[in-house]
Amino acid sequence: MDLKNFFRAAVVAATTATLSLSAQAADITGAGATFPFPVYSKWADAYKTQTGTGLNYQSIGSGAGVKQIQARTVTFGATDAPLQAPQLEKDGLVQWPMVMGAIVLVVNVDGLKSNDLVLDGKTVGDIFLGTIRRWDDPAIKKLNPSVNLPAAPISVVRRSDGSGTTFNFTDYLSKVSPDWKAKVGTGTAVEWPVGVGARGNEGVAGNVGQTKNSIGYVEYAYAKQNNLTYAAMTNAAGKTVRASIASFQAAASNADWKAEDGFYQILTNQPGDASWPITAATFILMHKQPANKAASAEALKFFEWAFEKGDKMAEDLDYIPMPDNVVKLIKDTWAKSIVTK
Amino acid sequence: MTDITTQGASEASKPFDRARALAAFKLGDSTFYWLTRVSALIVLFILGGIIVSLVIGAWPAIKTYGFDFLVTRRWAPQLEPTPILGALGPIYGTLVTSFIAMLIAVPVGLGIAIFLTEFCPIRLRRPIGTAIELLAGIPSIIYGMWGFFVLAPFMTDRFMPMVIRTFEGVPVLGTIFAGPPSYLSLFNASLVLAIMILPFITAISRDVFQTVPPMLKESAYGLGCTTWEVVRNVVIPFTRAGVIGGIMLALGRALGETMAVTFIIGNSFQISGSIFAPGTTISAAIASEFAEADGLHMSALILLGLLLFVLTFIVLAAARLMLSRLEAQAGK
Repeated sequence: MDLKNFFRAAVVAATTATLSLSAQAADITGAGATFPFPVYSKWADAYKTQTGTGLNYQSIGSGAGVKQIQARTVTFGATDAPLQAPQLEKDGLVQWPMVMGAIVLVVNVDGLKSNDLVLDGKTVGDIFLGTIRRWDDPAIKKLNPSVNLPAAPISVVRRSDGSGTTFNFTDYLSKVSPDWKAKVGTGTAVEWPVGVGARGNEGVAGNVGQTKNSIGYVEYAYAKQNNLTYAAMTNAAGKTVRASIASFQAAASNADWKAEDGFYQILTNQPGDASWPITAATFILMHKQPANKAASAEALKFFEWAFEKGDKMAEDLDYIPMPDNVVKLIKDTWAKSIVTK
Repeated sequence: MTDITTQGASEASKPFDRARALAAFKLGDSTFYWLTRVSALIVLFILGGIIVSLVIGAWPAIKTYGFDFLVTRRWAPQLEPTPILGALGPIYGTLVTSFIAMLIAVPVGLGIAIFLTEFCPIRLRRPIGTAIELLAGIPSIIYGMWGFFVLAPFMTDRFMPMVIRTFEGVPVLGTIFAGPPSYLSLFNASLVLAIMILPFITAISRDVFQTVPPMLKESAYGLGCTTWEVVRNVVIPFTRAGVIGGIMLALGRALGETMAVTFIIGNSFQISGSIFAPGTTISAAIASEFAEADGLHMSALILLGLLLFVLTFIVLAAARLMLSRLEAQAGK
């Protein structure tokens, strides 16, 4: 009995969350961010029917994706929080943006439809700081004079696991709310003052769907697929924008991508009247000198195919494809940096 | 042995065979002895290895935070360059959820066991017993989902508001049952834990209750004892060691349970004092953050694992101590 219990404790301590990756034979393996998982799996399905090559992508989170590629257990890693150039250099990695998306605030308030509610960065920061605790708070009412808000406490739902979505969301809040920057800051996992933590985008979506008067942040595709109500936002230019492909694209078109620094760009709070304020790119990481060159060549073939044929599929899921000029830069980088022969 | 000797007798013309057969037995015996011994030692080695690797993994966090790790309430992995990390929140959550779960599961579990052995019609005994044992076989994520989709809405919408209203303004109780009700909370996690550990307590207590010699019970009944008196004065004292063993096994599970708890506890490191507020446990914190952690954050999570290890060890040691005291008393 004693030993059983010792083992229980030991197993919990040592192995609970180290999700081991079992790679399927002959297929491309990748692991990382949950944010782009819907579009990667859609591409993978289409690619498998066309070419017979499968893609085994594990959506285990950005940080885990980076760790897996550093440990060379996968052909590519995927992360929402880009690595800076010195880190890339140190690990011998190449980084590029694969697709862009947007983070929206989802709410579960009776009678509200998507884009009915308007929020600005400071108010969102205060809600997630716990300074605004009720839906009928004057700050929310001021932004929404014509909306009927319940006299009820706000249930905040956020991520419990470290996450690139959290990174982009907290980066945005740090840019727009000095209070947030001082008290919490930016990170893949932060010290949340209020709220309950749920695992993954799907966990937050599920919790908001279940809990009356709740608010959470998820990637737009998850909000749509779960039929959740999302809010409109006031952007950096002070204009109110609806969550839509047009506003996401407006934000993305403002980015200035450079191959030299690993395409390092954080797309939150971009200028422009029509820009959605919490836009984010998601990145792919591969080794310059892969251990398995054939697998890396296969992976690059897949990414090339995705850039050429995957735009429509990405848009169907409300992701924003990379602009053509950026794709060209990315392809040049592949040819220059990744050894596949 | 007899088989062998008759065989030997029928082939008596070969006197050396007997010696060889005996030698073979000796070899077999010592092989078996060493096999079992090595297996036992491997267990010790693995255990030692786990402790050593936990300590090595936790060392950076031990060096940075030292004893403060145990009393710091904050969990701020985002701070640069040194995150502030403290285990008080998870330790608090682990102890509170396990305590409430035991508070519910021990009386109920013992009650079921007593009912099954003393009152239950024979026809019902097997179906109820099997049902309890089946509870132990349900994967913990299923408990988590049930807690999330079924228990939590009921608790948040009906039970919690009622309790909060009842105790509002009452000192101490007003804090323990303070609102607002949270969909994911320490209390919901405790309830699910209680159901999960119930089968351990019931199944083990029932088995040991059945070992009470009927003569003892019959004698007590003969003296005019009520069933309650028989249970209290004969059955429980006779089976104390076994019952406590079952309870400790259950406590061990409650302390370490991960998946179901992560699902419904809310994963918040804040300590609010209210059991209707979200919290976290050591194992839930590790499961949530392990995949994305690095550096000191990762080391602190491993240190949390080490703490859980120590906590479980203390609980088991305390149980052992209690048992040996009880046995010494019983011997007098």
